[in-house]
Amino acid sequence: MLLIPCPWCGPRDEAEFHYGGQAHVAYPQDPAALSDEQWARYLFFRDNPKGVFAERWSHSAGCRRWFNALRDTATNEIHAVYRVGEPKPVTS
Amino acid sequence: MRRESGGRVDRSRVLRFTFDGREYTGHPGDTLASALLANGVRRVAASVKLGRPRGVFSAGSEEPNALVQVETPFPEPMLTATTVELYDGLAARGLAGRGRLASEPDPARYDAVHAHCDVLVVGAGPAGLAAARAAAATGARVILADEQPEPGGGLLGTAETVDGTPGAEWAAATAAALEELPDVRVLRRTTVFGYYDDNYLVAVERRTNHLGAQAPAHVARERIWRIRARRVVLATGAHERPIAFAGNDLPGVMPAGAARTYLHRYGVLPGRRAVVFTANDSAYAAALDLADAGVDVAAIVDVRQAPGSCATRARERGIEVLTGHVVRQAHGDGQVDGVVAGTDGGDVLEERPIDADLLLVSGGWSPVVHLFSQSGGSLRYDEELGAMLPGRSRQAVEVAGAARGVFTLEACLADGAGAGERAVSGTGPAPVEPSPPAGVPYWLVPAADYSAHFVDLQRDVTVADVRRATGAGLRSVEHVKRYTTAGTAHDQGKTSGLLTTAVMAHLLGVPVADLGVTTFRAPYLPVSFAALAGRDRGELHDPVRVTALHEWHVANGALFENVGQWKRPWYYPRPGEDMEAAVLRECRAAREQVAAMDASTLGKIDVIGPDAGEFLDRLYTNLMSTLKVGAIRYGVMCRADGMVFDDGTVIRLAEDHFLVTTTTGNAAAVLDWMEEWLQTEWPSLRVYCTSVTEQWATVALVGPRSREVLARLAPGLPVGAAEFPFMTWREAEVAGLPARVCRISFSGELAYEINVTSWDGLRLWEAIMAEGVTPYGTETMHVLRAEKGYPIVGQDTDGTVTPHDLGMSWVVSKKKPDFVGKRSFGRADTARPDRKQLVGLLPEDPAFLLPEGTHLVAPETVGPGRRLPEPPVPMLGHVTSSYRSAALGRTFALALVKAGQSRYGERLYAPVGDTLVPVTVTSHVLYDPEGARRDG
Repeated sequence: MLLIPCPWCGPRDEAEFHYGGQAHVAYPQDPAALSDEQWARYLFFRDNPKGVFAERWSHSAGCRRWFNALRDTATNEIHAVYRVGEPKPVTS
Repeated sequence: MRRESGGRVDRSRVLRFTFDGREYTGHPGDTLASALLANGVRRVAASVKLGRPRGVFSAGSEEPNALVQVETPFPEPMLTATTVELYDGLAARGLAGRGRLASEPDPARYDAVHAHCDVLVVGAGPAGLAAARAAAATGARVILADEQPEPGGGLLGTAETVDGTPGAEWAAATAAALEELPDVRVLRRTTVFGYYDDNYLVAVERRTNHLGAQAPAHVARERIWRIRARRVVLATGAHERPIAFAGNDLPGVMPAGAARTYLHRYGVLPGRRAVVFTANDSAYAAALDLADAGVDVAAIVDVRQAPGSCATRARERGIEVLTGHVVRQAHGDGQVDGVVAGTDGGDVLEERPIDADLLLVSGGWSPVVHLFSQSGGSLRYDEELGAMLPGRSRQAVEVAGAARGVFTLEACLADGAGAGERAVSGTGPAPVEPSPPAGVPYWLVPAADYSAHFVDLQRDVTVADVRRATGAGLRSVEHVKRYTTAGTAHDQGKTSGLLTTAVMAHLLGVPVADLGVTTFRAPYLPVSFAALAGRDRGELHDPVRVTALHEWHVANGALFENVGQWKRPWYYPRPGEDMEAAVLRECRAAREQVAAMDASTLGKIDVIGPDAGEFLDRLYTNLMSTLKVGAIRYGVMCRADGMVFDDGTVIRLAEDHFLVTTTTGNAAAVLDWMEEWLQTEWPSLRVYCTSVTEQWATVALVGPRSREVLARLAPGLPVGAAEFPFMTWREAEVAGLPARVCRISFSGELAYEINVTSWDGLRLWEAIMAEGVTPYGTETMHVLRAEKGYPIVGQDTDGTVTPHDLGMSWVVSKKKPDFVGKRSFGRADTARPDRKQLVGLLPEDPAFLLPEGTHLVAPETVGPGRRLPEPPVPMLGHVTSSYRSAALGRTFALALVKAGQSRYGERLYAPVGDTLVPVTVTSHVLYDPEGARRDG
């Protein structure tokens, strides 16, 4: 079970969180202006890297806030967490 | 046979037990295995596939052979005799590789503990004790867990001493001193079986299993420990490995170290005349100890040409040492009665039969790296040791002692102490150099026939099986594992895994290191589901939610339906009524008189803030911001892919305050959905969302007489159709209680939803019932709404259905520039004319009730012979809801059917069992399509 450092509450058991998939997939400014393919890419296409991945988590059984995390999908190490609206931290 | 003295058993007390129906005795301190060996029982069980006799193999939890079922005090299958502590009255029998769970529930209690510590030490052998002592000396919070009833690990099975004190006594004193410390916890009979992310480890503590019928009922039988440790020290020891030769599965063949443990720990001699077959020095110690205890050691068969000083010492003791020899075969009828030794390799085989009832084997030692590997640690094959050693792990973990190839007692103590020190401070002495016993890795005795060379005793896998796998082209250990099942039994290949790899390497002519071992996974040893479930069984398995009116429903004979975690009244049968009769009666009351339902479980969310209207406009398919205070609107929410997610009503309570209702089962999901959009996409919107589901009790008052009942209960409320129009709400006093009354209908009838605080719910309900109103449940609600073609999200939809598919294009705004889901309605797929659409179905036999889920096929498919073709049968859709209707005087159904809205009047066929039931497609609105009944 991961120990996830919620940026509002501190480290908590993974069981308190919900996973929210890839971060920084913004709702398009003007969906009507998109082609079907562009819209489908927004809806259905997500990265699936082996390595560091920016992803969304919700502390659903705690403060109920959404935040972002940089997690290595191969090792489960969480390199950074940051609040919604904050820029993605640069990690080496 | 039991010796007259020695060992750690208490000979002053006698424990009676039965095995396979025969009575035996043993002593406190025995395991079932040691007691069986003491009684001369060699054959414990038959093997799973071949039915070969099998006996006690090891002296610990790595046991692959001696599988038993314990019958008392509660039947438990698939235990290993080597880990069952003996108690008075124990009844057990051998199992042929398969057990059967008890049919009755386990009456024992199980529990769970969550714990945190600075250092978790796994294993209380010399290295683990030294590590715990060093860590605890700094004041750190330490947990020391060990699977045995007493500390000492390998020390319990040898005659070694620490600082002049017998090993077991030193271990007991060290553990006792640790327990004196306030922040140290020593867990006995506790096996750490899983190592997960971020140093989260799970262990099972067996608290009363060893007490049999004397176990106090108030103490949990087993406890699961969930431990989050800052650092972990794994001092998990090593398992001695078998060698593959003919007959290596016979009772009487055992690892040399196990025989030594039976001698020193239990005072038991597992045989009278022994042959030792080894490739390293460690087995010599066992041979000498057994010889000292009176066992006739007939010969030591050593693979090596020049074993060194240990061979000299053995010869000085008068023991014959055959160097450069192997055991080609163990033979005997049901147990070992002799072995055939021979030279290793060469064309001319010199063979030498030796009588013996015990064959002690040592192919080398495998560090127990299971937990380290589970931690994400890498393993590397060490050529000298012939075993996998721990490499690097990203987690904060140290390995100490034999688990990393350190085998001498002195080195283990130093290695453990260093690991304990480093675990606390991050610095300390470097790990000591591995010190494996001198020897060579040895795996397989060559032969012409490999059908009795066992690699996995529990799965009955032989070298011949592995050869069949490699012969079929398999090159990966993972593939061979699955092909042969080697390593898949409940011992998870503790003694067989690396042997299988080495045999593969031999057959393929590649180095062992190139093949590696299969992945180690939790649990390290079998754990009962009862322990994992703990207290979360029966009533505590899942929370139960009930409404403020629940006790009334129970007292008035309601049967209940589970909707999510809610208990909802399903129907209220009167004496002599079955479900069908009760539901038809309730439906008639709602359509012809007046009826009431507890609707409190509907999800209710307060949406408050200056931007609340804008927010709801973005989430609902229709406009909500234009709703006037005092008015109500039905709305549908879609996901971004355009598929219906939830529906309900939106009530505007004030300019900046909306109350949203959701379906009962989806309330939490809708609130989550709102929060997600607010927080991640629209943080600038000034809106707060709050669940108020449990703050309100809601009663639906339904039927043509509902207005007169409401008028009597709320004399101050103008209830005329013009004064209180459809889809508006009023504050009023109802039955003397402050209430919010909404004119909403989910049945098509004149209806009201009366909301009061939960505290007042029962008083409101009783006042309504006193008016002679018929209570109805969810089944009647379902029938009434289906007659009107109102879909239930999740029953008539399945995540592939758009509002248009439901015949609700009217609920999708064409004015709004955007809302969640809008763009998807412009996709080619959502515009397909042959999408599945909601329709009504009338079976041609008006008494026939279609089962929900029934498929529907076209007349062309069944043809003139009215038979289904060979599969795959083209399917047009399926029945989503099906009921008997009092109002229609017949059965009917709702269904999702391809291009259904263009098929009204068509006949389709529904295969039900062996018959094809003809049905006619209609509009999904079957009752009062004009909406004439809404105003009463």
